[in-house]
Amino acid sequence: MSKRISRWHIFRHTSAPYLFIAPFIIMFAIFYLYPLIKSLILAFYITVGPKSKIFVGFDNFRFMFHDPDFYRAVRNTVLYALGSVFVQLPVSLGLAILLNRSKYPGRNFFRFSFFSPYMFGSVFVAVLFGVLFVPHFGLVNKLVAFFYSVDIKWLSNPKLVLPALILTALWLYAGLNMIYFLAALQSVPKELYEAARVDGANALHQFLHVTWPGIKPVAVFVIMMSTIGSFQLFELAWVMLDSSPGPDNAGLTIIMYLYQSGFVSGDLGYASAIGWVLTCGLGIISFFQMKVTGALSK
Amino acid sequence: MINRILLYAVLSVCAAIMLTPMIWLLAAAFKGNEDLFSYLFFSPRPTLHNFHKLFESIPFMRYMVNSFFVSGIVVMLQLFFSSLGGFALAKYEFRGKKYVMLLMLITMLIPGQVLMAPLYELLFKLRLLDTYTGLVSPWAVSVFGMFLFSQSMKQIPQSLLEAGRLDGLSEFGIFWNLVLPVCRPMIGAFCLISFMGSWNNFLWPQIVLNSQEMYTLPVGLSQLTGLLSNEYGALMAGTLLAVLPVGVLFFLLQREFISGLTAGAVKG
Repeated sequence: MSKRISRWHIFRHTSAPYLFIAPFIIMFAIFYLYPLIKSLILAFYITVGPKSKIFVGFDNFRFMFHDPDFYRAVRNTVLYALGSVFVQLPVSLGLAILLNRSKYPGRNFFRFSFFSPYMFGSVFVAVLFGVLFVPHFGLVNKLVAFFYSVDIKWLSNPKLVLPALILTALWLYAGLNMIYFLAALQSVPKELYEAARVDGANALHQFLHVTWPGIKPVAVFVIMMSTIGSFQLFELAWVMLDSSPGPDNAGLTIIMYLYQSGFVSGDLGYASAIGWVLTCGLGIISFFQMKVTGALSK
Repeated sequence: MINRILLYAVLSVCAAIMLTPMIWLLAAAFKGNEDLFSYLFFSPRPTLHNFHKLFESIPFMRYMVNSFFVSGIVVMLQLFFSSLGGFALAKYEFRGKKYVMLLMLITMLIPGQVLMAPLYELLFKLRLLDTYTGLVSPWAVSVFGMFLFSQSMKQIPQSLLEAGRLDGLSEFGIFWNLVLPVCRPMIGAFCLISFMGSWNNFLWPQIVLNSQEMYTLPVGLSQLTGLLSNEYGALMAGTLLAVLPVGVLFFLLQREFISGLTAGAVKG
């Protein structure tokens, strides 16, 4: 009797993990894996809405690589991503380093105020900054007018759309990335700094030889995640530019291009093809980021 | 001393830049049309006109209820699927575990929008377009959530689980009665992160929903930008109300929120 119970126990123990993970896997298979494979198939079709489709082979990709709008979207997205990585991340790291110094009064207040923009969703930020960037009356231009008496048409001048988007993203995400850097900085042992100081290392040397090696894994993670996130730019630009790609397509992003062809024009096949080109592009970029930063060698 | 003054000066300027748009938003929501741009921040004549205008123009409260409903359901579903899955990954050895982990890692590198078209087609076949079921079900599982829970549950001592087994608890009983209560801080963090994600979600509701009365706040509010292109005040009132619920939660759960965000990045 007792033997049977213990066998039952063992069975329960060995079957438990499968039962626990099954609901997740089933939902994941239906709403992630199946669509993922399906999109690979759809990429070779032209569709009219979800109802009818025609097989066209590689035509979607051929069309894409001949479409000037696609290149415009890629160019805009890449510039925005570069802006995010090379403007936003240094600011985030700088803020984190300032906050990481020994405890001082007001530290929590500063941390909270840097981080708090992140509670705004990007749609709401887009609505708010759309108004802040209004020519002449908008707060941004009024502040600029303190220093320079020019009236900047942020969102109607094609040259200024991307800078406006990068500035908005800086406001929205700098604090979030700061939180990651701060957590990483706090995990660097204090004794290492002491030792470096004893050895006569200046601030720059301390940063290069103590701080950077200590935070590198997190920094690589943050760089990769903000690149991937930047390439998915959509609603911030879309809503800020009044549900349009902006003047002269200046705010057209890859996802906007995908959305317009898939859900405005109704070609789900072409939208899938765009999605896969983006995925492959990001895969290559992530690989190079890991290679350059040496994250692969470990 | 000079260092310290410099530090505070730099920090204060940065904090001012970060807070200014929020203060302006708060001020703008209570300014009349004629005052909106004539006063930099607060006007001496606060008014509720913008809110009246907002409620007249769109069924704003309906959108808010929709948003609460949809986000609430998504949080509960994600919490259920992710915590259970995370527990299996953290505390059991089983065949295929490696592949599940690998799969999760890969999904982090794939932009979710690649799924939009086939998901749309799937929902069309299932007749779920323009329904809440269709809106919610693709978001029922969160890979991030499962990862977060498996990370935090790994730290639970095996002896706690063994004690539960000796007491005759079933494996699910151990999960429900012993593991979940220990993970309470992580549950709080995850709920907030997941709630925010769903509350701010725009593209998917925009694609799935047709009926105006089903709109969530981001979709409803983005329509308003075209509708009231000159009523900036009403637009600001709507934005303020839309960020308020998350803002309150955020303020109360700041610490848990940060620990949740960093748990995956720093330890993993």
